[in-house]
Amino acid sequence: MINTMECAMDAQNLISISLRKIHNSRTQRGGIKLHKNLLVSYVLRNAKQLYMNEKYAEIYRMQQYEEVMTVCNEIQELNPLELAEDIVEASGDCCSQGAGSPLIMEPASVCCALPASNHPAHTPHQQQQLQATAACSAAGLALQSEEVCKETNSAFFRSCCAEAYPVTDCDFSSLSAVHCNKTTVLDLDTHVVTTVESGCLHQDCCAVQCQGAQAPAKKRKFDFGCYAAESEEVPDFTPCKRARFEDFYCPHSEQLDTSNISNLISIFGSGFTGLVSRQADSEFSLNGQFCSKQTLASLGAWTRAIVAF
Amino acid sequence: MAGVGGGNDFQWCFSQVKGAIDEDVAEADIISTVEFNYSGDLLATGDKGGRVVIFQREQESKNRPHSRGEYNVYSTFQSHEPEFDYLKSLEIEEKINKIRWLPQQNAAHSLLSTNDKTIKLWKISERDKKAEGYNLKEEDGRLRDPFRITSLRVPVLQPMDLMVEASPRRIFANAHTYHINSISVNSDHETYLSADDLRINLWHLEITDRSFSILFCSSKGTIRLCDMRAAALCDRHTKFFEEPEDPSSRSFFSEIISSISDVKFSHSGRYMMTRDYLSVKVWDLNMENRPVETYQVHEYLRSKLCSLYENDCIFDKFECCWNGTDSAIMTGSYNNFFRMFDRNTRRDITLEASRESSKPRGILKPRKVCTGGKRKKDEISVDSLDFNKKILHTAWHPKENVIAVAATNNLYIFQDKMN
Repeated sequence: MINTMECAMDAQNLISISLRKIHNSRTQRGGIKLHKNLLVSYVLRNAKQLYMNEKYAEIYRMQQYEEVMTVCNEIQELNPLELAEDIVEASGDCCSQGAGSPLIMEPASVCCALPASNHPAHTPHQQQQLQATAACSAAGLALQSEEVCKETNSAFFRSCCAEAYPVTDCDFSSLSAVHCNKTTVLDLDTHVVTTVESGCLHQDCCAVQCQGAQAPAKKRKFDFGCYAAESEEVPDFTPCKRARFEDFYCPHSEQLDTSNISNLISIFGSGFTGLVSRQADSEFSLNGQFCSKQTLASLGAWTRAIVAF
Repeated sequence: MAGVGGGNDFQWCFSQVKGAIDEDVAEADIISTVEFNYSGDLLATGDKGGRVVIFQREQESKNRPHSRGEYNVYSTFQSHEPEFDYLKSLEIEEKINKIRWLPQQNAAHSLLSTNDKTIKLWKISERDKKAEGYNLKEEDGRLRDPFRITSLRVPVLQPMDLMVEASPRRIFANAHTYHINSISVNSDHETYLSADDLRINLWHLEITDRSFSILFCSSKGTIRLCDMRAAALCDRHTKFFEEPEDPSSRSFFSEIISSISDVKFSHSGRYMMTRDYLSVKVWDLNMENRPVETYQVHEYLRSKLCSLYENDCIFDKFECCWNGTDSAIMTGSYNNFFRMFDRNTRRDITLEASRESSKPRGILKPRKVCTGGKRKKDEISVDSLDFNKKILHTAWHPKENVIAVAATNNLYIFQDKMN
């Protein structure tokens, strides 16, 4: 069982060890041993897969965080009561659609928790959190779901797997109509990522982008102009790219309340772990497990970077 | 304490150990294969230096009718030498990968021994008489001047001290691109198979320059069985054995630990046993979808796979063997431990091949690895295991409860306790 594995080695380490073995085998007496090198290449492939998935997950999370923060900022200017209705509807959809698939039991419970706090007495801050939570868990869920989208037929993931999907008249889109400058909005129901520019509505169909389960986060990157520069190639194995992403955060964090962010991150972290533990049936269970460790590790980095501001 | 192999009161005890005692082990002395012959009277070992040592069992003496004979050196010869392949610019190791005895057809014994590239057929014959009284040469071998010969005589056979000679009879070479890892003699006793990482060759014992080649794509964790009676070219397998992988136990190293390091048919021919890194599985040849029995050899290593990958131990190829009646199986582990499983009683035992427990007729004490929690007295914790002391090669006498266990450069022989 993966749970009992005490090995603290991560994918990057394993990759370098494997490459070293392959290199050393060239100078070994007796020539290259075919079978051993084949087995080493299996480890290399597994480690690489995990590493890539982690990288994409990280990038995707960061993007979602960006979106959510943007949305939160916009929401601050809205009437809280109107918002509460939106949330009830959105979470209601979450729960009803989520019931069918075991994979989304946890996030459904997160979603369902939302209505409980929809009292007018709640501050806009808390509304932000809740909405962000729903968005985050849904978004995080979407990432996991894309990896297994071939296996599940749940309606909740429909938008990810289908080539095209109709835009439902979700109340969310009403938000985007209000603003005329560039805003990025994530629709909870349909997973439509919508970028509003100068009063126009551009629909960045995430479903169209995620054709296969191969590189979902990578394709998503192309949706957002600000990330275009980073998303050209597949991330390589150097740590410097990771640092770049963290740098990216600093400018955006200026606007945000520190305590709010810490709350958000703790919700994020627990939500993600919950998702990960559900992946027992999927062959990416290993990925998930390491993902959670890496996720939490990188979240810590976020907190540090943001708190610094 | 109840043991494994022949009944409830069964116990194993030390019989002999062969090999140097000192701590510094020369690489060339490391034993790389162990094999009993069909009668069990001969025990052959091959080492990394390309040498073959054959031990023969003493006849049971009348003085001690109940004690089994000891194995003593019968013959030693250099089977393979290191070679250099100039075309590929690589050195070919002389290490003996496998020895297989051929059924005895006359007074001489024959065996096949192989290194990475070349298979040799050796004939081991005894000589206890020599001819004396040659006409053309002196006793010491010098040639006589023919003009000096005045009379002719018939040479006479005189008894001499037993001499065992090994001579190469056939050399089967240049047929394998990759490293040969096993050979197997066919039941017709005329042909044999040799396998490397990608290909299996079929040879006739008499013909050295040609062989049939059967190309296989073998995947890890699966076994393909071809019936050679059905088709001369085995391009379609007759049976395909595979156990579905448990997705919840998937890890980086799933492929490595499911890779099969040894396959042995039972003496009855009904079962087949496979050894992967952590377990031994017994398959019924009539059921392909899963094994009938699975025995965990050292499951406590599952959490250490990362370190075992780093130090290359995860690539160790353990062998396994059946006892004569197919009621028990044996395989090796680390720290010079070896394990035996009784298929009927489902009992298992862990024993150690060490100099400390090597008192003549000394009963082997069962060992136990502590996997967690408090370590009891006499238990050894997983972190204290010596991964350099590995038992990869073991052999079980075809008829009796006598086992040969190769521990690095030493060969241990154990037998059941005589009551």
